[in-house]
Amino acid sequence: MRPLTYSRAADVQDAIALATANPASAFLAGGTTEVDLIRAGISRSEHLVDINELPLRGVEDLPDGGLHIGALARMSDVARTPRVVERYPAISRALLLGASEQLRNMASMGGNLRQRTRCAYLRDGVSPCNKREPGSGCAALDGFNRGHAILGTSEHCIATHPSDVAVALVAFDAVIRTVGPEGERAIPFDDFFLLPGDTPQLEHPIAPGELIVGIDVPGAPIARGSVYLKFRDRQSYEFALVSVAAAIEVDDNVVAGVRIAMGGIGTKPWRARRAETALVGSPPNETSFRHAAAVELAEAVVREHNAFKVELAQRAMVRGLVHSLNGRQS
Amino acid sequence: MSAVGTPVTRVDGPAKVTGAARYSAEISLPGMTYLAVVGATVASGRVTAIEADAARAAEGVLAVLTPEELPKIAAEPHLLPSLVGGPAPGESFFPMQDDVVQYAGQPVALVIAEEYEQAHHAASLVRISYQPTKSITTIEEGREQAYEAQRLFGGLMPARSERGDVEAGLAGADVRVEVAYKMAANHHNPIEAPSTVATWDGGNLTLYESTQGIRATQQTVAQLLGLPIARVRVITRFVGGGFGGKAMVWPNVTLTAMAARYVGRPVKLMLTRPQMFTSNGHREEQEQRIAIGAARDGRLTAIRHEKLSITSPFDDWAEPATGVSSQLYGCENFLGVHRLIKGNTMTPTFTRGPGESLGVFTLETAMDELAYQLAIDPVELRVRNHTPVDPFGNPWSSDGLVECLRLGAERFGWSERNPAPRTTRDGEWLVGTGVAAAAYPIAFFMPPQRARARIFADGSAIVQTSTQEFGTGVLTMATQVGADALGVALREMEFQAGDSDLPNSTAAVGSAGAGMVSSAVHAAGTALREQLIALAVSDEQSPLHGAGPGSVKVADGHLTSAERPGAVDTYRELLSRNHLSDAEALGMWRPPPLDTPHGLLTFGAQFAEVAVDPELGLVRVRRLNGAFAPGRVLNPLLAHSQLMGGMLWGMSQALLEGNHMDPRYGRWAETNLAEYLVPVNADAPEVRVDFVDVDDELVGPLGAKGVGEIGQVGAAAAIANAVFHATGRRIRSLPMAPELVMDPAVGGR
Repeated sequence: MRPLTYSRAADVQDAIALATANPASAFLAGGTTEVDLIRAGISRSEHLVDINELPLRGVEDLPDGGLHIGALARMSDVARTPRVVERYPAISRALLLGASEQLRNMASMGGNLRQRTRCAYLRDGVSPCNKREPGSGCAALDGFNRGHAILGTSEHCIATHPSDVAVALVAFDAVIRTVGPEGERAIPFDDFFLLPGDTPQLEHPIAPGELIVGIDVPGAPIARGSVYLKFRDRQSYEFALVSVAAAIEVDDNVVAGVRIAMGGIGTKPWRARRAETALVGSPPNETSFRHAAAVELAEAVVREHNAFKVELAQRAMVRGLVHSLNGRQS
Repeated sequence: MSAVGTPVTRVDGPAKVTGAARYSAEISLPGMTYLAVVGATVASGRVTAIEADAARAAEGVLAVLTPEELPKIAAEPHLLPSLVGGPAPGESFFPMQDDVVQYAGQPVALVIAEEYEQAHHAASLVRISYQPTKSITTIEEGREQAYEAQRLFGGLMPARSERGDVEAGLAGADVRVEVAYKMAANHHNPIEAPSTVATWDGGNLTLYESTQGIRATQQTVAQLLGLPIARVRVITRFVGGGFGGKAMVWPNVTLTAMAARYVGRPVKLMLTRPQMFTSNGHREEQEQRIAIGAARDGRLTAIRHEKLSITSPFDDWAEPATGVSSQLYGCENFLGVHRLIKGNTMTPTFTRGPGESLGVFTLETAMDELAYQLAIDPVELRVRNHTPVDPFGNPWSSDGLVECLRLGAERFGWSERNPAPRTTRDGEWLVGTGVAAAAYPIAFFMPPQRARARIFADGSAIVQTSTQEFGTGVLTMATQVGADALGVALREMEFQAGDSDLPNSTAAVGSAGAGMVSSAVHAAGTALREQLIALAVSDEQSPLHGAGPGSVKVADGHLTSAERPGAVDTYRELLSRNHLSDAEALGMWRPPPLDTPHGLLTFGAQFAEVAVDPELGLVRVRRLNGAFAPGRVLNPLLAHSQLMGGMLWGMSQALLEGNHMDPRYGRWAETNLAEYLVPVNADAPEVRVDFVDVDDELVGPLGAKGVGEIGQVGAAAAIANAVFHATGRRIRSLPMAPELVMDPAVGGR
C-alpha cells in the first residue's frame, strides 16, 4: 500500500475544503471500497478525508411521503429501518442481499453508490482497461466476460455496476444530493451513473471535492408492493448475475403503473423504461411480462461468455413482476 | 476407559478462539523485515530489463533482488510427492535462476523492507520489461500437442492401467454408456495465506512455515540451499488450512530463506490472495471421457477411462484419475489412460480428493446413466457390481461399500424415490435425488513413522512427533491415542508436534495423516508402557513383582495383573521408588509393503437432494447424506467434521468452483474470493454423516483408514445425478453454473 495522508473532517464544509485542498483526495466513509481499491493500486488517492463524524446518518421523512437517507447511513441500518421496509421493501431487500453483514455494517449509502465495477481486468492492475488507463483498450471485450454487461455497453467498456441498492433506488426515481465547492446540487439517479461511451473512466458527473450528503427517495405508493430478486451462483456474498427490482399496480385488470430496474446486466443500474412503457395498459400476465422483457433486451449486445444473460434477464424480469403481482416479498 | 473413539473436543480449541494460537505469519522476531514477491505478468518469454531504482529508493527498502543478485540454488529440484518422505519440491523448477519466464506469477524479483506495506508499495514500483513468447495455458490451445504420459507423480505411478480387452468388452456389451466432461481448474484457497518466517543463526536456518509437511520443508530447503539437513529447523504451530496447497514445498519458502540470508535479518513473507493462485499449484483444467459396457443384468463388461489435462513445461503432472474406476467394481476389461499437454502454468498439485474425486465423478455419473438405460435402481446396480477383491484378486484390507450404500439409502429414504426424472415440483423448483459410490485409495509410499513418549515422576506425560495441526484435529486425536497407548488419563497426556526436531513423521497428505500419526504415537506409547511394565515386574518393591509382563494392564496410570488380584502399582510410585525423574521410549511403525496382498480402498456412499430452478439455472442442495467406512473412528467429532467438510467441498466442486485461464495473457481470470467462488454458510444444506464399522488390521495398529478425502469423493456425482433426476438434463461441465443448468425449453412460455 502506498503512503497516504489522512485528515478528519469536522463538518460538511470542512470536508469539502480538505478535499479541494488536495486534488488527489478521496472521502473515506466505511472504507469497504476505497481501501480495497487503494490496496489494489487502482485508486489514485493520496489523501483520505475521513467523513465519519459528519451528521449524515439519519433516515427522515420527506413531505411527499418519501424518505431522505443520509449519505453516511450504514447499509445494515437502512435495511432495517421500519419506514424503509414498509414503504420500499425492494430497497431493504436489495441492501440485505448485498455484500455480507460485516460489510453492510461498515459500508455507507453514499459509498455504495460510488463503488466501482468488479471487472477483474480493472482490478488486476495489468490488463488493458480503459477505466484504469484510458486508451489502453478493454480486455473484457474478448476475455472472460461472463459477469459483464449486455446493456449500455460500448466498444471501450462492458463493465457492470455492482450495486444492488442502486438498482432499487433507480426504480423509484431517487435523487442524489451533493454539496461541493460550487454549492448544493440534486442529481437524478439515472443521471448520476454515466454510460461508458468513449470515456469509461468518467463514471459520475461529480466535481472534485463534491460530497454526496444524502439520497431523496420520492413518495411512491406503488413501491409498497415492490420486490427485489437477486440471482447468482451462490446464495450470499456474491454480485448478481442478474437482479431485478419490480413493482406493479393493476387497475381494472390492466397494468396501471410499473417500475422495473435491473442489475448485473447494465453498465449502470438499469431502469427498464422500455419494458415499463410496453407494459402499461397491458393485461398483467406472463405473456405481457415476457413481451415487455423482450422489448427491453432487444438491444442487448453480447460477448462470448455472457450471451446467456439475455434470456436469463428476461426470465428474471418476468419472475420479478410475477412476484410483485402476487404480493410476494422475495 | 479408552479415550480413542470418544468425542473429545479439540485440545487446541481455547487457544484458537482466544487468539493465543500462533500461525506462521503471526510469529514476531526482533529485527523482522518483510518480503514482497514480484510476479511475472506474462506466461512465457524472457525478462529483458528490471528497473528497480525507484523501488530501491522507496522508504524502508533494504534490498531489491533480481536474478542478478539472487544466489544460485545448490541443486535442481525434482518433484516428488511429500508422502514419500524426502525432499518434495512442488515443481521441478526454481525461479530467478535466469531470465526465463515459464508461467505468469512466477517470481521475478524480491523486495525486502522494514514494513509489510513498504515492501508491497516498493514492489509496485519495480518495472519489468519482457520479451513475451506465445503461451499455451488451456487445453483448447494445446489439444493437438497432447501426448500420453508414461509415469505420474514424479515417476511413482504408471500413467496407463490396462487389463483384459476393453474394446472387445465394450463391443460385446448389451448396453453401453459413453460420456465426456470438461472440468475447470480448481484452487485450494485455504483462509491462511502461505506464510514463511526465515531467520539465520550463523549457518543454522529456522523456518516458521505454513505447511502440511514440516519434514518435507526441512529436506527440500536444505537440498536447494546446499545445507546439511540438521542445520535446518522448521517450526509450524498451526496451519490455517491446506487442502493440498501446502502439501508440497513451493519456491517461496526457499526464496524467503535466501532473502533473510541476504539482508542478515529475519524475513517474513505472506502471500497475497491473488498470489495464492500462482504460487502453490492448483487442480489442473481437465477433460475426462469414460465408456462403460454392461450386460443386461447390469454386470460391467468393460470400462475405458481417459483423462486429458494440462501440466507445466517441466513436469508430467496429472492427478491420477483412474485408480478407483479400475478397482471399485468387478470388471474384467479395463483401460485407464492419462494424456497431457505441456502448458505455461506452474506444476499442478494435489487438491483435496486428488485426481480420483473427478475420476469418481465421471465413473459415477456414467453409472447413473447406465442404471437408467438398464432400468435398474442405481443403488442396486452398484451393489450388483461390488467385488470382494481388487483386480489382482487380493481381498480388500477392509470393505464396507455395500453396507454404506444400504445404510445411506435407508437413512436418506431412498426407497420412496420415484426413479423417473422431472417428476417432483415444489413451486418454482424441480426436486431430484441422486446417489454415488465413494472410494479413495490408501497409499503406503511413506517411510517408517516415529514418535517419542515420555512420562515424568508426577505421572504427567507427553508424546511427540513432527507432524503439524492444519485443522484436522491431529493434536486432539494423537492425545487420545497416546493416553490409551501409555495407559494414562487423557488429562495427563499432552501431544507435541510442529517442530522438525521431533521424531520423523511424513507430510499429512493423501488422507494418511491420521493413520501415520496414530500408528507412530501408538507405537511410542506402547513401547514406553512395556518398558515400565518390565520395570515393575522386575522391581522387588512392586506389588506386581514377578508377574508375567503380558498379564499386566495399565489404565489411568495404575498397573494391575490378573496374576496378582488386588495388587496395584502406579507409574508415579514406580518411578519414585526407582529414583527416576522420567522415562521415555521411541516408537516406530513401518507401513505395509507396496506389494501387500490386499486391496486398499476406503469406501463410502453419497446421497443428495437438490432443487433446481430450470428457468434461472439455479441449483440448491437441500440434503447431503454420506455413509462411510473409514475403519476405526478415532474421534467421532473430528471425523464427522472432516467428512462433512469434504462433502461440502464436493458440493462446491459440483456447483461453484472453477478458474479459467485468459489464454491471451496466460493469466487466471479469477484471483480473489469474490470471483473464485466457494460456498458460504447460506449454501450449506443439511448434512448427515453415518459410519459403517469395519475392522482393518492392515492399515495400522488402530485400523484407521483416514477421513480427509473420502467425504469429498462422490459428493459431486451424487449432486449431478440429482440434478438429472430433477430436470432430466445432464450437465457436462463442472462447475454446473446457471448458464449450463438453465433449461432452453422453458423460455418464452
